[in-house]
Amino acid sequence: MPEIDLGVTPLRELNGALHKLPKDTNETHWVIENPAGQHAIAAGLDAPLKVEIKGPVGYYCAGMNKLATVQIHGNAGVGVAENMMSGFVHVSGDASQAAGATGRGGLLRIDGNASSRCGISMKGIDIVVKGSVGHMSAFMAQAGNLIVFGDAGDALGDSIYEARLFIRGDVKSLGADCIEKEMRDEHKSALHNILSKAGFNGEVDPGEFRRYGSARQLYNFNVDHAGEY
Amino acid sequence: MDATPITKPRKSATFDDYALSEIRRAAATGIYDIRGGGAKRKLPNFDDLLFLGASMSRYPLEGYREKCSTDVWLGTRFAEKPIHLKIPVTIAGMSFGSLSAQAKESLGRGASTMGTSTTTGDGGMTEEERGHSSILVYQLLPSRYGMNPDDLRRADAIEVVVGQGAKPGGGGMLLGQKISDRVAEMRTLPKGIDQRSACRHPDWTGPDDLEIKIQELREITDWQIPIYIKVGASRPYYDVALAVKAGADVVVLDGMQGGTAATQEVFIEHIGLPLLGAIRPAVEALQDLGMHRKVQLVVSGGIRTGADVAKALALGADAVAIGTAALAAIGDNDPKYEEDYQKLGTTAGAYDDWHEGNCPAGISTQIPELAARLDPELGGRRLANYLSVLTLETQTIARACGKSHVHNLEPEDLVALTVEAAAMAQVPLAGTTWIPGLTGA
Repeated sequence: MPEIDLGVTPLRELNGALHKLPKDTNETHWVIENPAGQHAIAAGLDAPLKVEIKGPVGYYCAGMNKLATVQIHGNAGVGVAENMMSGFVHVSGDASQAAGATGRGGLLRIDGNASSRCGISMKGIDIVVKGSVGHMSAFMAQAGNLIVFGDAGDALGDSIYEARLFIRGDVKSLGADCIEKEMRDEHKSALHNILSKAGFNGEVDPGEFRRYGSARQLYNFNVDHAGEY
Repeated sequence: MDATPITKPRKSATFDDYALSEIRRAAATGIYDIRGGGAKRKLPNFDDLLFLGASMSRYPLEGYREKCSTDVWLGTRFAEKPIHLKIPVTIAGMSFGSLSAQAKESLGRGASTMGTSTTTGDGGMTEEERGHSSILVYQLLPSRYGMNPDDLRRADAIEVVVGQGAKPGGGGMLLGQKISDRVAEMRTLPKGIDQRSACRHPDWTGPDDLEIKIQELREITDWQIPIYIKVGASRPYYDVALAVKAGADVVVLDGMQGGTAATQEVFIEHIGLPLLGAIRPAVEALQDLGMHRKVQLVVSGGIRTGADVAKALALGADAVAIGTAALAAIGDNDPKYEEDYQKLGTTAGAYDDWHEGNCPAGISTQIPELAARLDPELGGRRLANYLSVLTLETQTIARACGKSHVHNLEPEDLVALTVEAAAMAQVPLAGTTWIPGLTGA
């Protein structure tokens, strides 16, 4: 199990080594010490690795992740797991703005709070936040699921497309074209499955969540709706 | 007695036929006009500059005999694999979605034949495009439609789009009628709905963040390929300086004549700078930072001829990009489709409702029957021919000025025909030593 001290090893060297691993490598579990808030740690992974990061990370940790499991033991800066394609990214602390932005697949779990624009322009990723999310979360969210155990800030789901939002706490306000929708059994089942994947099997009752999504009134431009944008 | 002579009816120069027609259209519909293309109004442009050519104090080079090189290296600052173009003309970013697959293939074929690059657009990279473009620049746009790391890694360069000349400060809109099944799938959105492209990136704000974003892109691609930053011409001195600070290998500067797939007419015609007024401040920023020719400058927006290319290079650009002209080369607005243009209420040369998807030439459409009108092989040959002419014309001018490489063209080779052009290009008014704003009368 390679252990890398980022206080000694340059980031470029670490990421390069992770990218160059052969498909049949036995070195599938990496531990990174002293991340000290450096940016783009474990960005661009493309293999079923497990990467544990012991401490806080800066911007874009696990950016565009494919296949890998990245465990961050600490807080994460802006854009953690941005544009993730697949795999699992787990933040044990809080996450800054734009967590999971534009993510196209995979699962992002944040044990603390996530700041503003969590899940902005998400395109298929599932995001589970144990705490609360800030304003403009799921802005222009296209696909995937944003699940929040706590509260959501202003303008949740503004200009949302087909993503599904499940919020257990209060929503300060809904953004343009975002409405509350009926929580049917199929949604509870889907929510249960995602929560199970995120490691909350049986711990959380999907029935406690409320569902939000697009009213689909702004999908085609209509001048009569101009004031709603 | 003779009848009293009447004064000839006179139309207002202010409320001209176009202005009145737009007022009537607005009154009837209640919505602004949306169209494609770039600024159509008369703007100060390269036509207002002239080359001096060689004379007693300058030796010309012999046409067809003495070498005049045209190659360009882009991305030499940080990238392990900078791009080497055979000609100083590249193809600007245009999306599959706004353009047909046939059009994208044509652009790739033509550019590859001439040893230059093409650029993706909003909507991601298609196999046709990658397969037919020997050098492909992959755009990272605010929407991130279709963005994925596999395409990043198989691109030859990455272009972070901050803005474009037709609409600096604006996002995009691909109307529902152009959202085919394939376009919808690539963009992860339902078929038939209007697709908005955001005007700001989702995960960074400002140049300090952008510097970190670029670091991420370099880490993902192992520092192999160049990273461009594209800006619309608005505050070119500061934008270029900040792009350099953010770590760009190449800055792409797009003037207001540069086209777009669709935006508001008022945006296109009233926001941003014409390219002529943007190049010198951009070059000045690079020079002030000691980065001219180290961070390369690609300019675009209204390039039509080799003379335009030569003038842009003389003002300090390393290369130019063409979009509208490339589309014209492969058949856009061709008079052979005049009957079809008439049915759309327009005429060849004026058609700009690219967003509606009914392009008679098969270019800005997703309707299979229309797209099939464009033969990609023929389109590619036409584009290659056009790029060849641009290059030959540029060389002709460069040789006349005594330059053995087109990059040796310089502002000293130019004069301006108008005071405005002299001020913008910072070259003397013809027959004088006067550069408005820089020298005395």
